[in-house]
Amino acid sequence: MNFRERLQAWRYNLVPDHLVGEILTKRWTDNAIPFLALVATLGVFGSIIPGFFKLTSLQESTRQLGEFSLVVIGMTVVMLGGGIDLAVGSIFALSCFSAVYVFFILEQSIWLALAAALCTGLVFGAINGYLVGYLRLRAFLTTLVTFIFGRALFDILVTTYAADVQLSQASSDVLDFIGDGTFWGLSISVWLAIVLAIVTHIALTRSRPGWHVLAVGGSRRSAHNAGIRVRRTVFMTYVFSGFCASIGGFLIACRLSGAGPGTGLNLEIMALTAAVVGGVSLGGGRGSVVKGLMGAIIVLTMTNGLIRLGYGTGTNQMVLGILLAVAVTIDIRWLKNRHKVLNEVYVAPVYLRMGETQSAAPGSGTSYELDNRLSVADHIGLGELEGPEDVILDRDDHLYCGTRHGEIVRFFAPDYVKSEVFAHIGGFPLGLAFDRSGNLISCVGAMGLYSVSPERDVKRLSAETARSWTSIVDDARLRDPNDCDIAPDGRIYFTDSTKRYDAHDWALDSIENRATGRLLVYDPKDGSTKTLLDGYRYTNGVCMAHDGKSLFFAESWACRVHRYWLEGPKAGTAECVIRDMPGYPDNINRASDGNYWMAWLGMRTPSFDLSLRHPDMRKRMTRRLPQDEWLFPNINTGGVVKFNEKGGIVDAMGDLTGGAHPMVTSMREHKGFLFVGGILNNRIGRYRIAGADPNWTSPASYWGAKP
Amino acid sequence: MNAIGWPNWRRLNQEGIVFAIAILLFAAAALGLPGFLTADNLVAIVRSVSVLGILALGMAVVIIGRGIDLSAVAIMAMSVAWYLQLLNTGTSDGLAFVYVLAGVLAIGLLNGFLVAYADVPAIFVTLATGSFVFGYVRSQLITQDAVPVPGGHWVELLGGVRFLDIPVEVFVFAGLAFLVFLFLRYTKWGRFIYFAGDNPVAARNIGVPVRPMLVLRYVLSAFVALIAGLLTAASLHSINTRIVNSTLLYDIVLVAVIGGIGLSGGRGGVRNVLVGAALIGILLNAMTIIDIPLLYQNLIKAAILLGAIIVDGIINPRDEQTAQQGDI
Repeated sequence: MNFRERLQAWRYNLVPDHLVGEILTKRWTDNAIPFLALVATLGVFGSIIPGFFKLTSLQESTRQLGEFSLVVIGMTVVMLGGGIDLAVGSIFALSCFSAVYVFFILEQSIWLALAAALCTGLVFGAINGYLVGYLRLRAFLTTLVTFIFGRALFDILVTTYAADVQLSQASSDVLDFIGDGTFWGLSISVWLAIVLAIVTHIALTRSRPGWHVLAVGGSRRSAHNAGIRVRRTVFMTYVFSGFCASIGGFLIACRLSGAGPGTGLNLEIMALTAAVVGGVSLGGGRGSVVKGLMGAIIVLTMTNGLIRLGYGTGTNQMVLGILLAVAVTIDIRWLKNRHKVLNEVYVAPVYLRMGETQSAAPGSGTSYELDNRLSVADHIGLGELEGPEDVILDRDDHLYCGTRHGEIVRFFAPDYVKSEVFAHIGGFPLGLAFDRSGNLISCVGAMGLYSVSPERDVKRLSAETARSWTSIVDDARLRDPNDCDIAPDGRIYFTDSTKRYDAHDWALDSIENRATGRLLVYDPKDGSTKTLLDGYRYTNGVCMAHDGKSLFFAESWACRVHRYWLEGPKAGTAECVIRDMPGYPDNINRASDGNYWMAWLGMRTPSFDLSLRHPDMRKRMTRRLPQDEWLFPNINTGGVVKFNEKGGIVDAMGDLTGGAHPMVTSMREHKGFLFVGGILNNRIGRYRIAGADPNWTSPASYWGAKP
Repeated sequence: MNAIGWPNWRRLNQEGIVFAIAILLFAAAALGLPGFLTADNLVAIVRSVSVLGILALGMAVVIIGRGIDLSAVAIMAMSVAWYLQLLNTGTSDGLAFVYVLAGVLAIGLLNGFLVAYADVPAIFVTLATGSFVFGYVRSQLITQDAVPVPGGHWVELLGGVRFLDIPVEVFVFAGLAFLVFLFLRYTKWGRFIYFAGDNPVAARNIGVPVRPMLVLRYVLSAFVALIAGLLTAASLHSINTRIVNSTLLYDIVLVAVIGGIGLSGGRGGVRNVLVGAALIGILLNAMTIIDIPLLYQNLIKAAILLGAIIVDGIINPRDEQTAQQGDI
């Protein structure tokens, strides 16, 4: 290994590039930017304003924060539904006035004043909702106009009644308490905001109406097609926003004991900025109440902080303008480019130097030498099948295989002409095995481990294992369960090939070559799934040894076969029994002569082996070239290899014509025949094995003669 | 209009309706209001809508291209306020004007860039830049709300220019209207604005430089706002920055929308601005003569604007198939 290669190996195997992509797949990264902004804002203003964090100071500023947060919660819900409500400032002001009018001028009870405020907000919200929801007007302009209308009305009312309010003698302890009192150290407005935030959060994340709002915001047309009443949902968001703003208005009426020309001024742009800065997306569907609240704290801290620092008129508008422009731009660019960035950085290849191998070319004289024997195999289901990854035969000689369409197809003995869909599972059924009582166990790609009873009842056995503490990507989920086999005690040993890619992205996994394959075990006694081994390059076929005391499993991208001991002195450990094969191993199954069959899904090429030593080149390749032009393992040629208990190669056969079985992912010996399947093939092959035991069957080998 | 030239009443559009209402209102005011139908008052009407009309011309060009410019009033008031402040603090006229031109150009470019290249909705970009322009100039560059025009300066002299007893802004309005008309109707770039407003993707596919044209529109709108600001300062001998918080911005949108320029873009022209300006001018004048308080005038204008938007929504319904997610 020269110095350049050593550097490359360090660079690509030690620097965890893949974590960047994994972090970006997380939904919480959406929250990270506003959260950091919040911390920075509080940090900066807290350190330059003396006494910022003092309790009395906080009580005073949180009182305002409570009112503002209420308005922002309403705005957030409207924005989640795909709209916008600029009328909140007017609703706030008018509700405030309603409460003041009822309490101070009509001298009614405070509760009637509250009812008046709520009524005002609901009616105003309903008007907005009707115009935007039912008449489908543009939300921005429409609410802008109703905002002007409401503001004009408020200005008229305030100038008309200002003097009367001043002269009013009405007073109430309840009003003073709501306005100035605290409850457990927090003002009433903060308590109300907290309660409403929790209720709204639960409603949005866990209730049908909330989901409808998010669905409408996410995609109006799809929501409509799904049967959601889009117009009514939009209508309700505006009513809710009116409701929230009216509570805010009532609170400020209590706090200030009156209404003035400045009430609710610039509130709409502040609330809008808060929601957007918090990360609630314009256009709907993305965001949460928590984000809205984070934005509310940021905006209010900034604007109030600047006033307390003594900056003059206009500074607020300047800061709001900058905040809004930056936040909106980041929001739009982030949404637009997130998946592009993700595609760019997710594939993070590592360095691997494959060992020297023996040739498999005909005439090379090695034990791996391939020939054309498989090309003469009879075909079963030619043209009817798509992707029989694994094949298996039951005690009655019927033949089963999985297909690309998520079905398990059964061909009837003895001629295997007639077929039926045995069971529909979904996903992509890959590895198959029969347990002692004749249930068909299958590893279903992208879904998990499933069992199909002889009565065709499909049951999920396992879809997850324990989550490891250090993994960022969710490694509890089984992404690519590949093959399984069953121990004499009934435990099912199976492989999950990769943690980072879905089953159909196996080519990306081979290019990245990161060792994330696992060997797992499912215990039918308690239904638990455990991870036994981790860190292999695409674990694939599993086969129980003839004595049932160990198992073989294939590590495809490293071209190795390992033996995992279940009993004996080496129990729980794995050792490599075959290394540096010229082909990529797939499924492994028992042979009648005490040896094992192994499928090769493809053959190593010098070019791809070389590229594994150049992770930088593979990285560039996945970023700059179209997928069709990528270099990845050759799967145009494969074969079937027989090996013995010690790992010695006994036999190898193939189809170098490429006509019938160019690549092989599975083979099953049954009564002197070898049944051959391939994940990219359109048939199952049946090949007569010279000199094989004509009575040997796999179920009998596993579970004994027919009971 | 059909072949013989008679109006086709069945295809009466918003512009026609508004024009008819304007004439009816004019007739009613002429008959019912004393002092309405005098030469002085008529000049006053035209004069009162000149600045509004000029701003509406800029807004119209932006709206036809499926955008909106909510920063127009802020640019108008704050650019001129900064200009006058520079003059009052002794900066030479040429240098001050270059500063202001550069500032206006920068804001226009910023608007256009964010809308065209960052794909941010115009409404948010211009709302934000409007707020920023007002806040920045008010807090950093000028010292009080109103900035007077220095005595004897050309802006002051401009305000006194009369031709046939008609103040200069009327001619500026007429001239600009004619120029914008020529631009929109007879130049390639003008037609491109319609294409881009009607269907931006199709326009881009046939090779129209949609994004540079977007930037151009916001720059144009910013310069139109500067002209309107200079004329305002000329006639009032000062500029009051509080105008930014008034309803002037909504009056501009009102003029454009009520004249029949669809907010979904691609429709309308200078004639629609003139019709809208006529109606609003007559209305404001009549309300002033009847002595309706300003607060109630705002209420009435808001109600009319709401009506206009509802009618616009019905006449130019949003196309659910091509409307983009997030087009609010």
